[in-house]
Amino acid sequence: MLTSSRRKLLVSSAATVAAVATPTWMRSALAADAIKVGALYSQTGGLSIVEKMLANAVRMAVTEINAAGGVMGRPVEVVLEDGASDPKTFNEKASKLITRDRIETVFGCHTSASRKAVLPVFERRNAMLFYQTHYEGFECSKNVVYSGAVANQQLGNYIPWIVQKLGKKKFFIVGSNYVYPREMAKVSKKLIEQSGASWVADEYLELGHSEWASMVRKIKESGADVVLSNVVGDSLVAFYREYKNQGMSQTTVPICATVTSEIEIAAMGAEYAAGSYTSVPYFMSIDSPANKSFIERYRKFVNDPKAVTYHSLEAAYFQVFLWKQAVEAGKSTSADAIRAHIGGQTYDAPGGKVRIDPESLHAWVTPRIGQWQADGQSKVVDAAAQPVRPLPYFAYGETDSALMCTRKGAAQVKV
Amino acid sequence: MLDVLLIGLSVGSILLLVSLGLVIIYGAMGVVNMAHGEMVMVGAYVAVLTQIWLGWSLYAALPIAFVITALLGLLIERCVVRKLYGRLGDTLLATWGVAILVQQFVRLEGGLSFFGMHVQGLGPGLQNMPVPAELQGAISLAGTSINAYRAFIVLSTLLLTTATWWVLYRTRVGMQVRAIIRNPRMAAACGIDVQRINAWTFAFGAGLAGVTGVLVAGFKTVSPDMGTSLVVDSFLVVVAGGVGSLLGAVATAIGLGEINGVLAALSNDIVARAAMFGLVILLIVIRPQGLFSFKGR
Repeated sequence: MLTSSRRKLLVSSAATVAAVATPTWMRSALAADAIKVGALYSQTGGLSIVEKMLANAVRMAVTEINAAGGVMGRPVEVVLEDGASDPKTFNEKASKLITRDRIETVFGCHTSASRKAVLPVFERRNAMLFYQTHYEGFECSKNVVYSGAVANQQLGNYIPWIVQKLGKKKFFIVGSNYVYPREMAKVSKKLIEQSGASWVADEYLELGHSEWASMVRKIKESGADVVLSNVVGDSLVAFYREYKNQGMSQTTVPICATVTSEIEIAAMGAEYAAGSYTSVPYFMSIDSPANKSFIERYRKFVNDPKAVTYHSLEAAYFQVFLWKQAVEAGKSTSADAIRAHIGGQTYDAPGGKVRIDPESLHAWVTPRIGQWQADGQSKVVDAAAQPVRPLPYFAYGETDSALMCTRKGAAQVKV
Repeated sequence: MLDVLLIGLSVGSILLLVSLGLVIIYGAMGVVNMAHGEMVMVGAYVAVLTQIWLGWSLYAALPIAFVITALLGLLIERCVVRKLYGRLGDTLLATWGVAILVQQFVRLEGGLSFFGMHVQGLGPGLQNMPVPAELQGAISLAGTSINAYRAFIVLSTLLLTTATWWVLYRTRVGMQVRAIIRNPRMAAACGIDVQRINAWTFAFGAGLAGVTGVLVAGFKTVSPDMGTSLVVDSFLVVVAGGVGSLLGAVATAIGLGEINGVLAALSNDIVARAAMFGLVILLIVIRPQGLFSFKGR
């Protein structure tokens, strides 16, 4: 429950001075030779809902590592900083973690905007950022380990599957208005055309928009037989509800999403999403002992018997173990050692085996397609046989045989 | 075309529901209640909590939310607003502070989260408000399919607006409120207990916001900061419609809703919103007192 973050400590001690003070002192005494790592997630503001969960996943992984003897025999200590849902604050807090706390590895950021904001700090100070969220690609920093999926791992399997297995021919692409949905739409259009289908519209609404009546009406009138949604955040709740309320059926015109997760499904009510699809590497419903144990431990850790796990949360958790393996392989916590040794590291994550690609520092993950059921959980209807290579420059023609993001950095791209 | 008009009507209805409370509070007391959006949010959480803890449906939550938010409004009036009459800037800041307090109360689960306790239905996350089956999906009527939930919202708005009109124009208290809106000092000189009436007005306005919260919970997101965006649009209605004018609020809200709906159908939502804001700016420049306003005396 306790963290060593100064802000958190101040808040907690204001609430219960006596109860909090003792364990915190004990911790700082014990942590004399601890390895400090940063966790940089919004604890306040609009994004805090999601980012607090990610911070919890990182802290849970660290707690488990400490219980099993730490890293190279040393305990790990998390310094939690609040990005306050604001890229500029993320940048300042990243500087603080790296320069003042002399931390070499930070787990953090959720939006691409916040990652772009901290990137110069990590590159200038040569520190390592572990970033867990699936994102649009087109980045090849040597100071970031990307443990989430990129476009080819979400769409490369998805679009052909929709066209062939679902027999859909006319796509309506809809998204929130920022870089991720727009890049995803770009990749989608290419794949749709390659698969012999067509798209009828490519529409955007601002982030957080909650009045979906007109957009759903447009979908209805467009004659599309499938909706590809790159909508993010709480807009999703209003979107799926409006979809059903206007008499659209997930069986005849399903919404195929890239972001919709267990969290939004729980908030909108499972009956609104039942029958729709999402493509991500991890689902809470994955039926394996490792995943069941993960869910149970997470619920215990956050003290909520109904807590929900989802893809970014899983990645936030397993990236800490990959960091541990890289540090132990190189016997050093420096960014240079991590960069040299994290490539090729594999880990049995709750969602299956993951591996960090030595060229791009992105993760090999297993693409999966889930269909949402009436109970708010997914049924995995399609999964790759093994983890798939990450291609962050997929939208710009990167293929398995012609890598554009390598050890030496990114190739020149004509945008 | 009918479905476009219905969409516009429902957008306008939500606008109207939120602004009804604002209009009478601003009209009677000269207070810009920045915490009004939070009353909407509290209403939505009342619905979520009664559903989780008592198992009651959305319908039952409507009156409960009215009572709870009205009491909360009364409390805010007694503790904060009453001390700041006639100081517009100060009430603005003070009610904004109240808004932040209420938001954080929900986020921190009333402070219990400091002690590691979790109240189901509160907290920083999104909440689910289940919608009764008959309000989901579309109903067919005269050849067009009508969005059941939006029809429900339009009907509720009609009902609440009529009730507000009845209270304002057909009851003794309503007459006193209208007298205060025209001229508070003269009303006081005629023996009207301005403080008491103001407290009731504030509570009634907050109660209306609470009911709106329940309705909004059924088709938008329930989260601690859901009220902020709703209340901004409603300020537009109050300003454009004219201070303290019920008719102005109705006409402006429905008008703006329809403009939004039609433009969104013709182009997209972003253009529609921009046009709506532009129109209100133009209106304020041409008629600073709003569309329908009383002659100042």
